[in-house]
Amino acid sequence: MADRIILRVTRYRPESDTEPTTQEHEIPLRKEWSVLDGLNHIKDHLDGTLSYRWSCRMGVCGSCGMTVNGEPKLTCATFLGDYAPGPVRVEPLSNFPVVRDLVVDIGDFMRKLPRVKPWLIRSEQEPPAAGEYPQLPAEREEYEQFSMCINCMLCYAACPVYALDEEFLGPAAIALAQRYNLDSRDQGASERTDVLSAAEGIWACTFVGECSAVCPKDVDPAGAIQRYKFTAAMDSLKALLLPRGAR
Amino acid sequence: MKTEHTPFHPRWYRPRVPVFWWLRRRSYLLFVLRELSSVFVAWFVVFLLLLVNAVAQGPEDYRRFLDWSATPGMLLLNVVALCFILLHAVTWLFTLSPHAMVVRLRGRRLPPAAIGAGNLVAWMLASALAAFLILG
Repeated sequence: MADRIILRVTRYRPESDTEPTTQEHEIPLRKEWSVLDGLNHIKDHLDGTLSYRWSCRMGVCGSCGMTVNGEPKLTCATFLGDYAPGPVRVEPLSNFPVVRDLVVDIGDFMRKLPRVKPWLIRSEQEPPAAGEYPQLPAEREEYEQFSMCINCMLCYAACPVYALDEEFLGPAAIALAQRYNLDSRDQGASERTDVLSAAEGIWACTFVGECSAVCPKDVDPAGAIQRYKFTAAMDSLKALLLPRGAR
Repeated sequence: MKTEHTPFHPRWYRPRVPVFWWLRRRSYLLFVLRELSSVFVAWFVVFLLLLVNAVAQGPEDYRRFLDWSATPGMLLLNVVALCFILLHAVTWLFTLSPHAMVVRLRGRRLPPAAIGAGNLVAWMLASALAAFLILG
């Protein structure tokens, strides 16, 4: 293995650039180095003005999502050695406005997320003294997969529907809604229906499947959306055919 | 992605989606072809209705329908339509429904691959029945 690799990093300085440019850096290629380690090397030793987000370095915080050689990736979990001999192209995540260099604005997701009420909703709140809401392991399994989402935005970057329609609620927000809908302690599924079943909710999804393909935590947002389509369709059918009391 | 700029980021860069974005990835291309397949699904419905109509009109019309179906243009159209229908069916049976359906056997959730395999068996049985009815 060669001991050096070239990183082609996108730069965008809003105060002087009208569009992004590419900067090349030759960095050491070490077996244990992730793309994020490479960026940190650039920041520490070659060009301190490079901007990008990162925090935990272990695939938990979801901050370091970028486009590596055209694919949305968590850069802390993507190893330089897998791209040898290079060069490796590092760009900001697609489908989001670029603030600077590799930093994107995810405000759109942050505004959409609370609309699906991603928290436990109870029809009647019991006082803390009444104790916790117990749950069986089998009940936890129902939603556990969807609770693994780290809001890294790779699914939004991979989704062509979101690229074309900015109103689309998006894969992570819907998967997180399902995380609570499928929780045995939650009683708020009906409060999420209007947002989820809207045209810009689940029905905007055309099942491209890339959100699930790029998800670093195997959340399978595409599966969550298709499952909810089935639920929503059955609910509509029941509302149409059954008397109110039998639904 | 609202277009208003905040005072802190007055100069966001927003790349435009290229016209040929759907050629960038195999899954994007498949998605666009799958969307297109609905046109051919509609065509097969129309074709079937024309067949039913011809049968109802009598042997003369039925023969004319068969001759029309055997013209090279119609054959080509129907072969292309069949390819799109297969793409449509394969997506539904093996990719979409295994993810959308939750099937439990003795309290345990079946893996998507098992549901896909079940769909394949059901498909084969339905095809065998159709073949038996037509050829048998």
